[in-house]
Amino acid sequence: MLINQICYRTLNLKNPASLSTYLSIGGYEVLKKILKEKINPLDIINELKLSALRGRGGAGFLTGLKWSFIPKDAKGQKYIVCNSDEGEPGTFKDRDILKYNPHQLIEGMAIAGYVMGANVGYNYIRGEFYEPIAAMEKATQEALEKGFIGKNILGSGTDFMLHNFYGAGAYICGEETALMDSLEGKKGQPRFKPPFPANFGVYGKPTNINNTETYATVPMIIEKGGKWHLDLGKPNNGGCKIFSVSGHVNKPGNYEIPLGTPFKKLLELAGGMKKEKTLKAVIPGGSSAPILPAEVMYNINMDYDSIKNAGSMLGSGAVIILDEDTCMVKALHRIAHFYADESCGQCSPCREGTSWMYKILDRIIMGKGTLSDIDLLDSVAFNICGRTICALGDAAAMPVQSFIKYFRNEFETYIKTNSNNS
Amino acid sequence: MNDFKNPFSKEILKQCENWLKKFPTEKKRSAVIEILKIVQKENNGYLNEELIAKVADYLKISKIFAYEVATFYSMFDLNRVGKYKIYLCMSISCMLCGSDEIYDYIKNKLNIDFNKTTSDGKFTLKKAECLASCGGAPVMLIDEKYYEDLTKNKIDSIIDKLE
Repeated sequence: MLINQICYRTLNLKNPASLSTYLSIGGYEVLKKILKEKINPLDIINELKLSALRGRGGAGFLTGLKWSFIPKDAKGQKYIVCNSDEGEPGTFKDRDILKYNPHQLIEGMAIAGYVMGANVGYNYIRGEFYEPIAAMEKATQEALEKGFIGKNILGSGTDFMLHNFYGAGAYICGEETALMDSLEGKKGQPRFKPPFPANFGVYGKPTNINNTETYATVPMIIEKGGKWHLDLGKPNNGGCKIFSVSGHVNKPGNYEIPLGTPFKKLLELAGGMKKEKTLKAVIPGGSSAPILPAEVMYNINMDYDSIKNAGSMLGSGAVIILDEDTCMVKALHRIAHFYADESCGQCSPCREGTSWMYKILDRIIMGKGTLSDIDLLDSVAFNICGRTICALGDAAAMPVQSFIKYFRNEFETYIKTNSNNS
Repeated sequence: MNDFKNPFSKEILKQCENWLKKFPTEKKRSAVIEILKIVQKENNGYLNEELIAKVADYLKISKIFAYEVATFYSMFDLNRVGKYKIYLCMSISCMLCGSDEIYDYIKNKLNIDFNKTTSDGKFTLKKAECLASCGGAPVMLIDEKYYEDLTKNKIDSIIDKLE
């Protein structure tokens, strides 16, 4: 099986992040070829469409389609933005791309700049990522010195200037329009859509934004062809995906494997269950994704469509493993705290609702809950869904709804056993 | 006002100017986040209203624009902090791997809870939401360095070494 061969293909080489290492595996050759042969941007977009590359940040939108939304003939400034504001609980994959293969990301962004006619790119990196930022800055400098980015790239007449931008600690800035506001020096609060970033993005200019892993995948697709990429995975789910496995496993870590790989195989790669415990449940796509019980997980494959059909989502690829000893009430309490803390406060249903859900769970934990609190939680979650500008509201509601759906008994037992009220 | 009198010493000014080069000349506001960070670092890890106002003046933006940024993002502090800020991650993956025990241990060792500073002014303990290092849970960040796979022994050796 193909493991760590796309975004992580430098991982086992000496000095993986260095320019010389990247050049030794054919790095920047695709960019050179595109610029030299002046390949039609539409051909590149068609290759991406054929590849079935879907956004790796969480939404899973088709990348080729997204790139086609940028108005081709629009004059004036356009921007390429990379979302490296990794923060979905359970996710730690982009960190390792920045640390170990930053040049592939740079090449992907430069190709995007060429295709969409944007001569400036911003890579928005999570502020706490000091080490990845250092690796990314070093690589950017190297690429600039060798003429792979900057003015008149490789003598082609095409410009692409790349700047790294650092966040300052706000989960919401991983939402694309909040990220753009943050990049403009504002509080990170999501914007209404439409207008979409393709027409009104950074500074109101047409902007394409993708996740780090998405851009870093592009060079190999153009090198080997869209069909090659598609065939690595399965129809509508092309290529490989990095899964960040955490929780109760022996070998937590990042595993870049073909989409459609059975969950069982991924669990095996991650060393199996810690202390040989039994698997109880899995959050398959970051803490915003609905939780699925073990019996469902053991029968599904790790790709966008299979996980969606099972009632959850692949999201960012963060696979959180929970063993038989995990208290589901405590786990949900912790997840609810995250969303209450990270809600930007713009929309009332999310600002108030995330806090209410946390407070209800908190009183259950403190032994002050009643059985009716379970339905109350469910009702608050239901009333947040679809009533907010961005997806954070839904992201906070989905864990609550799914934990109750699959583990209601455990909530009832917890309340009955611990309640001081009854 | 404290020991840090002028946020725009030559060195700071140079850092700010370099950062401003990343943006169109009329979009100086984009630099506010990073310049607040530069000033905060220089001011022993925290900001105050006076410094925030100076940053706003430097960027020629309204003071409220700088202030709302300084109060929105978690990496800014508006109260005096210890020499070392310890961000302990308490999110789901860290919790599953024992972050609560690590929290209890640090709390007892330093005799402080979250958002408090030790009486010698050395450590401030802060609760972090997911630090995106879940493969090495439990995780903490001290200043600019991540520490993974924390155990009680590891906490001792890390914290005891900090001068």
